[in-house]
Amino acid sequence: MKEVHIETLQELLNSFANKDVFIHLETTNGAYASHFDTKVFNAGAFIRNAKIRYELGKVIDDMPHRIGLKMEHGWVYAQGITHYELDEHGRLLMAGLDYTGKLAIALEISETPFSY
Amino acid sequence: MTLPSERHVLIIFPHPDDEAFSVAGIARLYHQMGVPVTYACLTLGEMGRNLGNPPFATRESLPEIRRKELIAACEAMAIPDLRMMGLRDKTIEFEDDEKMVQLVTALIEELNPSVIYSFYPHYAVHPDHEATARAVKEAVRRIDKEKRPRLLGCAFANNTLAELGEPHVVVDIKSVGHHKLRALQAHASQTGWMMAETAKRVDDGETPADSWLSIEKFYVVQQDDELGEPIQRVHY
Repeated sequence: MKEVHIETLQELLNSFANKDVFIHLETTNGAYASHFDTKVFNAGAFIRNAKIRYELGKVIDDMPHRIGLKMEHGWVYAQGITHYELDEHGRLLMAGLDYTGKLAIALEISETPFSY
Repeated sequence: MTLPSERHVLIIFPHPDDEAFSVAGIARLYHQMGVPVTYACLTLGEMGRNLGNPPFATRESLPEIRRKELIAACEAMAIPDLRMMGLRDKTIEFEDDEKMVQLVTALIEELNPSVIYSFYPHYAVHPDHEATARAVKEAVRRIDKEKRPRLLGCAFANNTLAELGEPHVVVDIKSVGHHKLRALQAHASQTGWMMAETAKRVDDGETPADSWLSIEKFYVVQQDDELGEPIQRVHY
């Protein structure tokens, strides 16, 4: 994965628009967050292989980046994206890595289902 | 005291690297004694967060990296029988509870272990650890009391010492510490930062804060019908 290049990532988001796509979206503090710091309220969310169709996808030029996908009846968005790649299977993988290299958020888009 | 021999040792943990921290030394000691060891690793740690910055992996490439690390770690620990059970990281507690018990029961029936190493329920911190601990304990509970394998659990919640006291079983693994170090190093995607930190402390003239490379410690997991029975604390 490389650091986000806005124009390239925007083109990639456009290329998946108006298609049935599978998404992976997760955000987490890590399972040990409140073990190491009892003041942390540990919350996270994970969705994998949800099938959606978006009419508009947009990446915002703030660091770390926000990405929003507008659907016919709703929205998907992710905050904190720093890196991305189009992998060898043609899937758009986006990730937000914190300063220590830990994944804080992932948003991935694919025309075929992700592995289990 | 010398470590007693066993008929078969069954290790059950959910994530690649759980075993390296907990039982790498003891697995290597059993190998030297000629005791057969099986490690059932329930997931491939697909949700591991350490991807590096700059990243060396993606959410999608991480499972294959961790599979290879797990195999390399088992070589370092001399665990000949590694079973990758195909569940997904962070989902074990949401699986059907009976299915999880049956998964463990099938392993026990096949291997007939005299001792099982896993996590200690309620003191294992991570939801996958707790779900694993529950399933293992329940599978063992269903076995006739006289025929049950001994169940030893790792516990590391912050309240462990206060509530459970000193570990029941403490094993000196210094003679195989270098093998354990290799096992931990094999899980580089998860342990790399920690190994670098440990090496720095050693360079700075400090010994590693934790005693990972010198002892391994466990609590006897008792079933309800065993609660009155005394637990002897032993050091090997």
